[in-house]
Amino acid sequence: MNLELFKPEITLAATAVLVILLDLFVQQKSITKYLSLAGIIVAGVFAALMTGEGGSALFNNMVAADSFAVFFKLLFLGIAFLVILGSSDYENKFANFKSEYYALILLSTLGMILMASATDLITIYVALELASVSLYVLVSLLKDKKSTEAAIKYLLLGAVASAVLLYGMALVFGSTGETQLTAITQAVQASSINSPAFYVGIVLMIGGFGFKIAAVPFQMWVPDVYEGAPTTVTGYLSVGSKAAGFAVILRVFFSAFGMPFTMSHEWGIIFAALAVVSMIVGNVAAIPQTNIKRMLGYSSIAQAGYLMVGLATFGVAMSSTMYAESGVLFFLVSYALTNLGAFIAIVIISDKINSDNIADYAGMGKRSPLMALALTLCLISLIGIPPAAGFMAKFYIFSLAAQNGLLWLVIIAAINSVISAYYYLRVVKVMWFDSALSKEKVPSSVLPKVALAICCAGVLLLGIIPGLLMKLAELASRMFTA
Amino acid sequence: MDFNWLSTILFLPAAGAIVIALIKGKDEKLYKWLAAVFTAIPLALAIYLFVAFDRTAGGIQFEESYLWISPLNSYYHLGVDGLSLPLVLLTTFLGFLAVLISWKVTSRPREFFAWLLLLETSIIGVFVSLDLLLFFIMWEIEVIPMYFLISVWGSGRKGYSATKYVIYTLLGSAFMLAGILSLYFTTGSLSMVDITNSGLGMVQTAMPAAAIFWLLFIGFAVKLPMFPLHTWLPDAHTDAPTAVSVMLAGVLIKMGGYGMIRLCVSMFPTQAQEYAQILIILALIGIIYGAAVTLMQKDIKRMIAYSSISHMGYVLLGIFALGEVSLTGASLQMFSHGIVTGLLFAMAGLIIHNVEVRDLTKLGGLAKQIPIIMVVFVIAGLASLGLPTTSGFAAEFLVFLGSYTSNAVAHLNVYTIIAIIGVVLTAGYILWMLQQSFHGPVKKEFDKVKDADGLEKFYMFVLVAVIMLVGIYPAVLTDVFKVGIEPIVKLIGG
Repeated sequence: MNLELFKPEITLAATAVLVILLDLFVQQKSITKYLSLAGIIVAGVFAALMTGEGGSALFNNMVAADSFAVFFKLLFLGIAFLVILGSSDYENKFANFKSEYYALILLSTLGMILMASATDLITIYVALELASVSLYVLVSLLKDKKSTEAAIKYLLLGAVASAVLLYGMALVFGSTGETQLTAITQAVQASSINSPAFYVGIVLMIGGFGFKIAAVPFQMWVPDVYEGAPTTVTGYLSVGSKAAGFAVILRVFFSAFGMPFTMSHEWGIIFAALAVVSMIVGNVAAIPQTNIKRMLGYSSIAQAGYLMVGLATFGVAMSSTMYAESGVLFFLVSYALTNLGAFIAIVIISDKINSDNIADYAGMGKRSPLMALALTLCLISLIGIPPAAGFMAKFYIFSLAAQNGLLWLVIIAAINSVISAYYYLRVVKVMWFDSALSKEKVPSSVLPKVALAICCAGVLLLGIIPGLLMKLAELASRMFTA
Repeated sequence: MDFNWLSTILFLPAAGAIVIALIKGKDEKLYKWLAAVFTAIPLALAIYLFVAFDRTAGGIQFEESYLWISPLNSYYHLGVDGLSLPLVLLTTFLGFLAVLISWKVTSRPREFFAWLLLLETSIIGVFVSLDLLLFFIMWEIEVIPMYFLISVWGSGRKGYSATKYVIYTLLGSAFMLAGILSLYFTTGSLSMVDITNSGLGMVQTAMPAAAIFWLLFIGFAVKLPMFPLHTWLPDAHTDAPTAVSVMLAGVLIKMGGYGMIRLCVSMFPTQAQEYAQILIILALIGIIYGAAVTLMQKDIKRMIAYSSISHMGYVLLGIFALGEVSLTGASLQMFSHGIVTGLLFAMAGLIIHNVEVRDLTKLGGLAKQIPIIMVVFVIAGLASLGLPTTSGFAAEFLVFLGSYTSNAVAHLNVYTIIAIIGVVLTAGYILWMLQQSFHGPVKKEFDKVKDADGLEKFYMFVLVAVIMLVGIYPAVLTDVFKVGIEPIVKLIGG
């Protein structure tokens, strides 16, 4: 066994433990923040050094260290880095739990990284729980009424989703006798398993994962949790948890349920149906929202819908794989930058005006033009208007779908983008055209501004020269063609 | 060509927008001068290209092509032919005049000029892009400046109009995107030149070509706007600030006509012929309905806005009559409508600014008080109704001549005669408008109304001069248009 390949994870775990321990001894709590950032950078360097290495396996094929895993390692580390940077002012709300906050973010990032690299149903489940349990605690960290309610809701529904997932896994295991993803395919093909229990297992697993990615009809938790959770955690949840869910789905459904093609075609259609309802429900429900976090909650459901267009393509086109999954990877990166940018801007603005109501953002364009401009850019990217990254991501994912005979889905998705313009632009309108309630500026320390600048630069860069990331995404998805 | 002329024209306004947005000047005049400089240079370059364009060689000239996104096989590919070059010229021309027209903008001038310049870049981008992805990006970018320009500097129900405009445009582009994607996968190419040249017949079509044709067409029809997709236009025009109305009527809606010729007709000649009948009928409805509704308007800007629907009907008629003359006429009508309606909106803006009344029934007798505006307004109005020696006459004459003689659709001569009724209605509303605002008893409350000042006279006379030039010697444009349209007509087989 080659522990070399496990260095990023070890670093991350060690940093998390160190942060908790250090908290006991140091008075200057900001040290833990910088320690966390340093740990992420070191882990990131280790991960970056692993790019290009072949698909090695660890722990008896329980975890893979292939290019797909490395891609997600870097994505999750990047997300965690930006979230921690963006939390520099917000952390004061956690009073005595600052270090725990950072440690939990690190641990849940570790869980997400493992989710993306796990190649066995058991490790997948363990990793998913590591990520989820840390998130349950993070959601409750504000310790006020809303935050606690959100955490309880998230915990209860999450537990149900885990149970559903586990039940599905058990049925799959019962039908095939295997927990390893590749072994499941082999078993399916060898004895052409066709039992209803196996299919019920797959559907239940879609349900369990659907909770993570916030797909309709497994989205009930989203609005309340997004509203109640600390805003930085909401941002983290909206991109990290979703990306992890998609990573797991891509790997599981390719490795375990990719063959025979008749089956992959069927789950592709299931995802297409989920995509349609997610887009419609998310976008329509977002329109009447008055709380910006709640609105972005519904928007994230809709965005999951666009991503599932990619999953549907992935399933339908399994027999003629044409990098359908690289579209999903590109979208996840662009979505991560965009949504994190939006949430960091909201953290900074809401911190000052003490409100999450869209109406209270009035006149932000005059009070703090740069902040308003950044948020506007992110919202434009979420609509999918060039030159922002969101457009390229949608174009990429939709082009792959259209290529594989899913043009009807593309048209529905494109029309949904139009609907979404209405509620995103409403925020833009309030910020720039409504008269300000006060003339006070919106102050912020340097670090959140840096995080916001990184996000905005990334959004523009991906929108104008997307070629490089597309190449990386194709590289990362090469495991699907091998 | 070693020098990247088109990129320079394309990105100078955007560069100007960035400079204006970043510069910290206390003097508002600075922004105006910067905007004027950053639009004057592209205009000068466009005039140079127009002169340097090789009319005998034809084809695509001043081409630039660099690999842009390799996984998508997408190129940064610019170029102009006889069809797009005059439209580029028109855009830079009106872009420059729009800055002059906005000289009196006092509210947040820095942002206003930055958005206006960004708008110009995106419109030029639509006309010079030869890569479908680039074309679509430019097409979409235009939405953002328009949204801000209408909703911040507009009047009346500006928020409503801006949102309506955005939603309509995005809905149209949603269909267009689907069309472009299916085009991409039936041909494997994003190059507009390659697809036009090789046609769709050679490749296996994953979906019927007719479906792709309609997906693309809806996108362009919203922008043109074609009846019944036109309802965004009166609102957006009425509530937009003057310079934006000029850009919107002058060049933005031309993107629709250009797209129809460049993509729908050139790439789908068979489908264009097949559906020409129904589209021409829609064009006729647009002409008559648009003119009839215009007759009912009382708001001066809304009136000009509705007249655009009628005039764009001629463009649609000319395009789908599918003859060389009619297509040339349609292209000339786009150019002519750009300058004529641009001038009308500029004049209406002046009246609204100086008189502070926009209701036609409350105006009157202004001929004595503001003679210069009156004269120019009358010229613009007569050009709009197609009086000989103005560009409007040349364009409409070509459209009617071309469609009357075309055999693309049965009974096209009957349709043409119906369309000519539109001209009569146009005369009706134009004359009524002129009479309402300038004639009748002189009203005392308007005694102190100012006439046009030096700058305003300048841009008025420039526009009048161009209208006359094109009217008296249309060959200056038609020679170039013909070069671009001949190959397209060959594709149709006419």
